[in-house]
Amino acid sequence: MSTKNWPLWEVFVRSKNGLEHRHFGSLHAADADMALENARDVYTRRNEGVSIWVVESKNITASNPQHNGEMFEPAQDKVYRHPTFYELPDEVKYM
Amino acid sequence: MSEEQIKNLEAQFEARIARDEKIEAKDWMPEKYRKTHIRQMSQHAHSEIVGMLPEGNWITRAPSLRRKVALLAKVQDEAGHGLYLYSACETLGISRDELYEQLHSGKAKYSSIFNYPTVTWADMGAIGWLVDGAAIINQVPLCNTSYGPYARAMVRVCKEESFHQRQGYEIMIKLANGTPEQKEMAQDALNRWWWPSLMMLGPTDAESIHTEQSMKWKLKRKSNDDLRQQFIDQTVPQADLIGLTIPDPDLKWNEEKGSYDFGDIDWDEFWQVVKGHGPCNKERMNARVGAWERGEWVRDAAMAHAEKQQQRKEKQAV
Repeated sequence: MSTKNWPLWEVFVRSKNGLEHRHFGSLHAADADMALENARDVYTRRNEGVSIWVVESKNITASNPQHNGEMFEPAQDKVYRHPTFYELPDEVKYM
Repeated sequence: MSEEQIKNLEAQFEARIARDEKIEAKDWMPEKYRKTHIRQMSQHAHSEIVGMLPEGNWITRAPSLRRKVALLAKVQDEAGHGLYLYSACETLGISRDELYEQLHSGKAKYSSIFNYPTVTWADMGAIGWLVDGAAIINQVPLCNTSYGPYARAMVRVCKEESFHQRQGYEIMIKLANGTPEQKEMAQDALNRWWWPSLMMLGPTDAESIHTEQSMKWKLKRKSNDDLRQQFIDQTVPQADLIGLTIPDPDLKWNEEKGSYDFGDIDWDEFWQVVKGHGPCNKERMNARVGAWERGEWVRDAAMAHAEKQQQRKEKQAV
């Protein structure tokens, strides 16, 4: 039995320049170099990417969906952050 | 949490799924949902991994370079599909090591079709055409399943899978149009893979114990019998087209229901193979466990190298 398991990495791929890196999935690898190589083979076998980021999963801090209320509700009643909140006469153009 | 609170959460959970909302890894979910998903997703991943073995058998003996690169790419895809599914499964809080352990100890199942031998090159054709064909029918509805990580993995799997079926059918076309011996080889492969492929779509609805719950969670959109009928109806004309005969004397077009009637499936054989008494169950597990054990020193060496590099980096930073 191996003493240590390969850690888990999250893989982000930019599918073409101009687009952001997007989360594609995860994989196990001994280190960052191997994670990049494995990500190439696992997630971009058909030209799905031009750039890959890998980050060890343990380094990601995620919000807890059970606290979504406190976390996201404060934005819900702030309609004045949207342009449609403001009343303008119909004659006004280009605004 | 009190029983009342759990009931409440469960009701909210079921309502979310009914509204077609996706469930994500950190969301609250009933224990049974988690367990059922771990079971199905890991079984699916194991099937991809074990599924490489019967085809790996023919990579070195493919009849041309064209066939060889295609088969290699297909087997590589299967490794990839296994990895997408394992990592999706890990989001439910089970480790990769536990998943492997379950496969290697025989606790977890994989698709029983991979316990049949691949004795001729035509089997590569039949597997792509029939086994991948049946798999696609099973998998396409899963792209809309309720568990987000599973659905996303399945979108990727399905996108890649259609080349698998086409390359298999192309092998069959070539053989069916070849010499009498080649055609016979294709027919023989169809004869051997037809019934196991029908069984792949699962026990009859009357026998299927998980169907109702799985339908509710969108782990399943159609019943096994419906999927099987769909598979038969779309495959029979493909066999006709290349002059091969489906090995079922009771197969007959039923004008009234607009689909084929077919003969009885030998479910005893199915359960025998599931229980470990198929022609290759032992061989497959030995190959898989052997590969894992023989690879241990490589995994350890990679880890040792990574640690050494890390230490060197830290030292330089001081």
